[in-house]
Amino acid sequence: MSERASVPKEEEEAEPETEQEPVTTGAQSVIRALENAGTDYVFGVQGGAIMPVYDALYDSDINHVTMAHEQGASHAADAYGVVTGDPGVCFATSGPGATNLVTGIADANMDSDPVIALTGQVPTEFVGNDAFQETDTVGITQPITKESYFAADSDTVGDDVSEAFALADAGRQGPTLVDLPKDVTQGETEVEPGSSETPETYEVPEEADDENVQEAAEALAEADRPVILSGGGVIKADASNALREFAKEYEIPVITTMPGIGSFPEDHELSLEWAGMHGTGYANMAISNTDCMLAIGTRFDDRLTGGVDSFAPDAEVIHIDIDPAEISKNVYADYPLIGDAREVLRQLFDAMPRAPDADEWRDQCQTWKDEYPMDYDTPDDEPLKPQYVVEQFSEMTPDDTIVCTGVGQHQMWASQFWEYTEPRTWVSSHGLGTMGYGVPAAIGAKLAAPDQEVVCFDGDGSFLMTVQGLSVAVREQLDITYVVLNNEAVGMVRQWQDGFYEGRRMASEYPWIPQFDKLAEAFGARGFTLESYDNVEETIQEAREYDGPSVIDAHIDPGENVFPMVPSGGDNGQFALNEDHLDMI
Amino acid sequence: MPGPAPDERMRPKGRRNTQGIRVDPEAEVTHEPRQAVLSALVKHRPGVLSEVSALFSRRQFNIESLTVGPTVDDDTARMTILIEEPEPGIDQAKKQLRKLVPVVSVRELEGEAVRRELALVKVSGEKPDDVNAVADMYDGQAVDASTDSVTVEITGSKQKIDAAIEAFKQFDVQEIVRTGAAALERGPKTLEKDV
Ligand SMILES: Cc1ncc(C[n+]2csc(CCOP(=O)(O)OP(=O)(O)O)c2C)c(N)n1
Repeated sequence: MSERASVPKEEEEAEPETEQEPVTTGAQSVIRALENAGTDYVFGVQGGAIMPVYDALYDSDINHVTMAHEQGASHAADAYGVVTGDPGVCFATSGPGATNLVTGIADANMDSDPVIALTGQVPTEFVGNDAFQETDTVGITQPITKESYFAADSDTVGDDVSEAFALADAGRQGPTLVDLPKDVTQGETEVEPGSSETPETYEVPEEADDENVQEAAEALAEADRPVILSGGGVIKADASNALREFAKEYEIPVITTMPGIGSFPEDHELSLEWAGMHGTGYANMAISNTDCMLAIGTRFDDRLTGGVDSFAPDAEVIHIDIDPAEISKNVYADYPLIGDAREVLRQLFDAMPRAPDADEWRDQCQTWKDEYPMDYDTPDDEPLKPQYVVEQFSEMTPDDTIVCTGVGQHQMWASQFWEYTEPRTWVSSHGLGTMGYGVPAAIGAKLAAPDQEVVCFDGDGSFLMTVQGLSVAVREQLDITYVVLNNEAVGMVRQWQDGFYEGRRMASEYPWIPQFDKLAEAFGARGFTLESYDNVEETIQEAREYDGPSVIDAHIDPGENVFPMVPSGGDNGQFALNEDHLDMI
Repeated sequence: MPGPAPDERMRPKGRRNTQGIRVDPEAEVTHEPRQAVLSALVKHRPGVLSEVSALFSRRQFNIESLTVGPTVDDDTARMTILIEEPEPGIDQAKKQLRKLVPVVSVRELEGEAVRRELALVKVSGEKPDDVNAVADMYDGQAVDASTDSVTVEITGSKQKIDAAIEAFKQFDVQEIVRTGAAALERGPKTLEKDV
């Protein structure tokens, strides 16, 4: 029963080292491997083929959070991994349980988030026979994991889980999966899982070659128009502090990618915030005109680069990445530096002969900040603007507040109008762009950081996709504030239809959505409605103060669109500030 | 107060090609596809072949051929993969292969590597002597014969096999099977240890 498992343990530190009972089954060995790896939480849903594993969990101190849908389990585990930096764990049964996890696993894979998925499987003798609730889970997930394991033996299943755990966390993080046939978990064994080690064929580089670092440092010092592009890898490598020191010492403007939000404080004068399709005008101008880019932990996603032919075309590129396959994959790297971002930044810091002479360039960047401020219209009589809600909320909360989102316009406003200063406070679905990520991600984030405030900005479409997760937030009494930026549409699609499909709004308007405040109350959460500028602060304050999950149904201007915008495959420097610009580019 | 419109903004001078490489506007550089022979040692266990082939199909690398078989070590198998791609694609293929957990090592074999392919060609059995004569020309031999058909085995380079098949067409080819290339580096170098 999840209620049993989710009761917080008393005084964890005070707990004496208890002798562990020896394992007697494969399932116990699985749980032991998780315990050895330091797992605190598992997100999952019960089922026939995974039952032996749950039975072994009954005797463990690991907390289990029963989710309302397995997609939520994989997203919650993902967010848990993003916030803590350690792998989040999710469980599902075979067949439909496993396939429901797939979206979250693919999402974690695209964002290099550490996740372990353990799935039940039909007994070995039925595998391949289309048995009840059988599916080829390893086959389905192989392309979206670092590795998917089929556990073949009760004696080695614990090792498989240990290895999967280590692998998810090693080098470039990502998801791993272990498929657990029921006879293997039920089977007797006395073999304890070995220590958590990555497979021998998996090598992680630590430091970059000194000579290469020296050359890169010289190129950067020579630059007239240098920028740092900080990606999600900076956060994953816990290199945010190293980045801050580096940028401040050498006075180089910093742009983040969207997953890199929080790696550099957005209130710092060197910050140009984030670049890409809906990034700031100034970041995109700087990207477009730089002559030397120090890119760290980014895979140059097309939402960032626009068309690669116009991406930073004057720039020599120094690329730091732990994954050699990212070097010159999308954008050619003149100076590839393979290694852990924190280590390599330290090497580069020491190797810099001097700071680049870039006063003029920094002034230019400041001019762009003045020319293209992040702005929106707020005449009093207009319907409520979503940007205002985000901005107010941001001002009211502490710096370490964690923001989760769904996918769509609301996600962009939440990233544009909230001021991020700390790593691991921006939790969103980037590479896969998964609507429905927000509700369960906020659950994972809150459990990962119970002392931090958690807010989830969601769209009405995204919220509806995983709204059943509210029941989990209520049961676990999680203090999360959900804000639905409700435009009665899948707004991002509608924006594209208006911009690029002559306003033919096929299947994008949702005037039949429920009243989210009432829906929240039905789940046992607190519900609020926002319709005008009058009570924005009070409502946010009330929702924040409510000790449990609350939902603010914010009826925003349905006509509001997201700008600036670089159209798909476009040129970053040619972003549109409004609809008229779209016709010009 | 919005800043300058798109066409009035500061513009960079440079340009990249679609492969993300900065180009000299005078001399456009594009990489033409070339053939590469990749050789990989992989863990000998279920699912490895599908993992490798899925990697290639997902990334839209065009595989010319892929062969796999055991090595002297029971735990490893060796794959020979022929791809035809522009340079950056070949580089990606190697790096992506290396990332797969069951892959022990990957190397691109040099142009002069020993490359062999096997083909079995089944032709009509009406003129067995003529078939034998053509087989001889390509160092092939008949490995099966019936009243209606002769099956000939040929090994060699892809070009040689292409040529042989062309020659056999005069005998009404009924069926062909080709293995794709297997290849080894010349000299003492092996995949396991660099010499
Ligand atoms: C699972 C999934 N289905 C479809 C899409 C395509 N899509 C991208 S943004 C978007 C609109 C999202 O609507 P909503 O959540 O209401 O947010 P809004 O854009 O209105 O803020 C859609 C449908 C997606 N990203 N994910």
